[in-house]
Amino acid sequence: MIRNRIDRRRFMLRSVQALGLTLLAACDKLSQSGWFPRILGAAEGLTREGQRLITPRMAMAPEYSEAERSPVFPTNGTIDPDNPDYRALSQNDFAGWTLAVSGLVEHPAKLSLAELRGFPSRTQITRHDCVEGWSAIAKWKGVPLGEILNRVRPLPSARYVVFYCADPDDSGLAYYESIDFDDAYHPQTLLAYEINDRVLPVAHGAPIRLRLERQLGYKMAKYVMRIELVEDFKSIGGGRGGYWEDQGYEWYAGI
Amino acid sequence: MSDIVGTGGPSDEKDRPEQAARSEPDEPIASPDLPSAPVLPEPLSPSPHGAPAVRWIYRHTLPVRLAHWINVFCLPVLVMSGLQIFNAHPALYWGERSDRDRPILALDSDFSEAEGLRGVTRVFGYSFDTTGWLGASSDSSGKLHRRGFPSWATIPSFQWLAMGRRWHFFFAWIFVINGVLFGLYTLLSRHFDRDLLPVPKDLRGIGRSVVDHLRFRHPAGEEAARYNVLQKIAYTGVVFVLGPLIVLTGLTMSPRMDAAYPGLLALFGGRQAARTVHFIVCFAFVGYTSAHLFMVAVTGLWNNLRSMVIGRYRVAELGDVDHDP
Repeated sequence: MIRNRIDRRRFMLRSVQALGLTLLAACDKLSQSGWFPRILGAAEGLTREGQRLITPRMAMAPEYSEAERSPVFPTNGTIDPDNPDYRALSQNDFAGWTLAVSGLVEHPAKLSLAELRGFPSRTQITRHDCVEGWSAIAKWKGVPLGEILNRVRPLPSARYVVFYCADPDDSGLAYYESIDFDDAYHPQTLLAYEINDRVLPVAHGAPIRLRLERQLGYKMAKYVMRIELVEDFKSIGGGRGGYWEDQGYEWYAGI
Repeated sequence: MSDIVGTGGPSDEKDRPEQAARSEPDEPIASPDLPSAPVLPEPLSPSPHGAPAVRWIYRHTLPVRLAHWINVFCLPVLVMSGLQIFNAHPALYWGERSDRDRPILALDSDFSEAEGLRGVTRVFGYSFDTTGWLGASSDSSGKLHRRGFPSWATIPSFQWLAMGRRWHFFFAWIFVINGVLFGLYTLLSRHFDRDLLPVPKDLRGIGRSVVDHLRFRHPAGEEAARYNVLQKIAYTGVVFVLGPLIVLTGLTMSPRMDAAYPGLLALFGGRQAARTVHFIVCFAFVGYTSAHLFMVAVTGLWNNLRSMVIGRYRVAELGDVDHDP
């Protein structure tokens, strides 16, 4: 009787274990299928629209005090672009660097670093949230992207701002990102050229990186070389609006 | 069930294993003079002998059953995809930011020539070797890898943050919608105040209920027809405390939500603190679910399962269930 009970218990345990492993294998299979991740991806639109519905369009990200800054602001992703053109610019303190702003604009522009610094600037101490889960706080100074857009005057057909970057990954794929106009004109959206009162170092995206304070870190392109205003990003890169987006991450990274 | 039941007669309530109430009544347990139950008194099957030996009650309404089974799907996926996301940075902090030299918890690993890869769990500065479980564990091929939680605990089983997020947010939406509808239902249908909310009388009996539970003396007969005080506390706590907490801490990790509702950050003590609370509440759900499954199994697995599938729950009526007040 007791023996029986133990056997039965063991059998139940094994069954539960086997069932669990089968379900887990099924989840892996579904993850690697073509159709299932697309269904799961429907949540992104729901999250984006849901958050837009319940948060004011121009709500400001929290800003912090000097004392609340991280002792060390971690570097992530590329920290030294493997790109000869970029290296040459960097060795020359980006003296020859210009930011081309083109696409669906009335007045395409090429802006030097000095010209960018000549725009009205904004300084903010904000929290950077990485998709991996960590957060770090730093002081950023840069020109609000809205100032640049006011200069180049977007055409009515423009819907997204695309950032092309200098850093290729190991397979040579270039980093790029895209944001919509709500975010582009948000007062805290900066092309930052300083971190913690110092010129932005290479590891943090010199000469400029995007600050997009209401989304996750991977949206905040480093090493920005060129900006293009487009109606649609389907024909750019993998077609999903960014380097990480092309690898399955959400275009809307507000959560 | 019958294998754990060596049921005696219903003579002495104190010595009688309460499973008798749920055992197949080969021996009819008669109770001629039982007071009618306060909850949903629906005697469906009077015994053929005239004495009401067994009574069926309609225990779980359709919305409750639906919400329950939707959660059965959502919770494991949410926990396991959550652990996948956690594995991208397997450490927890307090406050707004994550200073990497000061984690509360870190599922770390060490490598030495002598010992190879070891999983090391650090909690408040104390280190434990957790090789094989936390910090470093083997994949299906048996090779050790650096990994916060092991592959059998995550969806997908291998490291894939983007896919973990997809699973997590999709099922989070279902979980939240289900939870909100269920919460509203319990309030509007008065399921909440009738069945779930512990009343002062329940709370006075809490000590005895704890002792009874520890001694595996579970309410039987008419007492089993309604939730006991520990059940009430557990269900109310899960639905109205853990549920809102897991959602709010989840939303506090959203930079967009923080912009609109900085009060969330104040409430939990910062984004990283919210992430830590999210993690703790997740394991509170796991703990609750384990206790729940255990109780379901030991208080009449099939009767409980049936009542959650088709709603009908069998109450065996006993002569002397009248517990002292």
